[in-house]
Amino acid sequence: MKAALRRFGPRAALHRLGLRRLEKESPLQLVLLMCSFALTAYAGVRLLSGDWFGIVLWIVGGALLHDLVLLPLYAIADRAVGAVLPATARWINHVRVPVFLSGLLLLVWFPLILGRQERRYENATGLSADVFWPRWLLITAGLFGVSAVWLAIRVAIRVWRHRPGPRRGAPAAGERKPPAGPARHSRP
Amino acid sequence: MSHPPRTHRDRRALWRSPLRGPWLTSVLGLILLFGLPVLFVTGLLSYAAYNPDLSPVNDQTPDKGLLGFYLFTWPTNPSWLYRVNQGVHVTLGIVLVPVLLAKLWSVIPKLFTWPPVRSVGHGLERLSLLALVGGGLFEFATGVLNVQLDYIFPGSFYPLHFYGAWIFMAALVVHVALRFPAMVRALRSRDLRAELRTRAPDTKPEPPDETGLVSPQPAAPTMSRRGALAMVGTGSFALLVVTAGQSIGGPLRETAVLAPHGRNPGSGPNGFQINKTAMAVGLRARDIGPDWRLVVRGATGRETVLTREQLLRLPRHGAALPIACVEGWSTSDQRWDGVRLADLAALVGHADRPPRVLVESVQRHGSFRRVVLSDVQVRDSRSLLALRVNGADLSPDHGYPARVIMPGAPGVHNTKWVGRLTFGNFEETA
Repeated sequence: MKAALRRFGPRAALHRLGLRRLEKESPLQLVLLMCSFALTAYAGVRLLSGDWFGIVLWIVGGALLHDLVLLPLYAIADRAVGAVLPATARWINHVRVPVFLSGLLLLVWFPLILGRQERRYENATGLSADVFWPRWLLITAGLFGVSAVWLAIRVAIRVWRHRPGPRRGAPAAGERKPPAGPARHSRP
Repeated sequence: MSHPPRTHRDRRALWRSPLRGPWLTSVLGLILLFGLPVLFVTGLLSYAAYNPDLSPVNDQTPDKGLLGFYLFTWPTNPSWLYRVNQGVHVTLGIVLVPVLLAKLWSVIPKLFTWPPVRSVGHGLERLSLLALVGGGLFEFATGVLNVQLDYIFPGSFYPLHFYGAWIFMAALVVHVALRFPAMVRALRSRDLRAELRTRAPDTKPEPPDETGLVSPQPAAPTMSRRGALAMVGTGSFALLVVTAGQSIGGPLRETAVLAPHGRNPGSGPNGFQINKTAMAVGLRARDIGPDWRLVVRGATGRETVLTREQLLRLPRHGAALPIACVEGWSTSDQRWDGVRLADLAALVGHADRPPRVLVESVQRHGSFRRVVLSDVQVRDSRSLLALRVNGADLSPDHGYPARVIMPGAPGVHNTKWVGRLTFGNFEETA
């Protein structure tokens, strides 16, 4: 009887279907997933009672747009910057960080920055809608400015440390001290 | 649970960052594990604040069914309740955007797992992950767009954001349940303090493991893990700085340079935040001119019609109350002056224990022209039909001739340009 079950029972059937892992997965996982899908269905039919196609497009499209367009785009951009900069890539973060911060502010506040709903905004709030674009540009300029000054200081320190002649200051022990902030020097 | 990576037809080599690995993903996941429940709870509280069960007039989601299981009559204490709730909800949501994006970046190799479906359980879990990622991005996108009045999402904000939240949470609970042990293991696998001391040149990839996150061909490091976390943290901090002031108000308002309500519309007694100007809702001068009347009606059919002068002669009371918007901005307390709603109820036969009231604006279009206030709100001595603010008459944009102001409620329930108050029984159509 047991042997028959082993050969023809549900597990054997699963094996034949190539679903070997189902028997190894915890039943808790399947129960949890089913509960979750039940709740998703309950909220989903209510969510989709309006423009169901538009909403599905937003949810699935949002995931696909992020995973297959946005993320690869910034990964490729990051690699491109790394490729054109000097091979050491020691300065890349002086470009990466301000681009990231400026882009993040734009990503979150783009409707205001691009003035997408200028009339509605001014009608609603009684405030002018044309301040956001220049403010974002100024913040971006500030971020790159700070990054450039920081880089200049790092370069100056390197030059000063590697200048010929007797070295005053910079004792050998100082090399082991963690430098303040991310400004670090590393030998090529 | 999971397989060792299969190298044939392996597409993960697409992703070369030496930073990706279970530890980094788990740190970001841990931050979201604290943040997202706060967003969910404050969101559900905000939903309750509209008192959707009080009357169909208030209900933006009439089909909610069991999803409104927890609803309760929204209290009027403390008076800053909605202000803090919504400030936290919106500001925290915006601050978590870079963490969410970093978390998604850290797990992107999983999208290209091969084979795409290994088993029924694996397939179901991946379907659940689509709801998690799609639902999460949907919630963040609708929220961020709504606070900027950019209504390009496919429908009314309230049902989209509310039902979307349940779908997101249903997927999130499963995700946390299935991944929590792995997260704890990963967090214990590395010493945080050592990680925060490691510089970029000394950064080594996490050891190859079963999660499929560690790159099989890692590139040379250009950033340390502490650098990556610091960059994400700086992003969150930058968003906090340009946003939080619109909720905190006072001298800090001007710091919210990219947020919609980071400036005051003027100076003087009426120089505080406006949600909808009189022009925006199509009010004409005669709607709020000398011909304006307030009609107050009681459950027994008693009715009284008052001019503004008659209202000004009724016993007047003061209350210092904020306006707090669902969009996450608020004003500091303003000094309002007007007639108590309870006193107006008494004029039409509800001298003690006044019932709920339907408040109707004279505005012709725009949402929330009609709203029902609970008996708790009507009976609070700070709930006023305000006629003046900060020592001056209300301006047209702030609801002249008369507006409702009450403690603890969403801003849109403080109806402006009030034309009619109906206590007790009324037409329930939304």
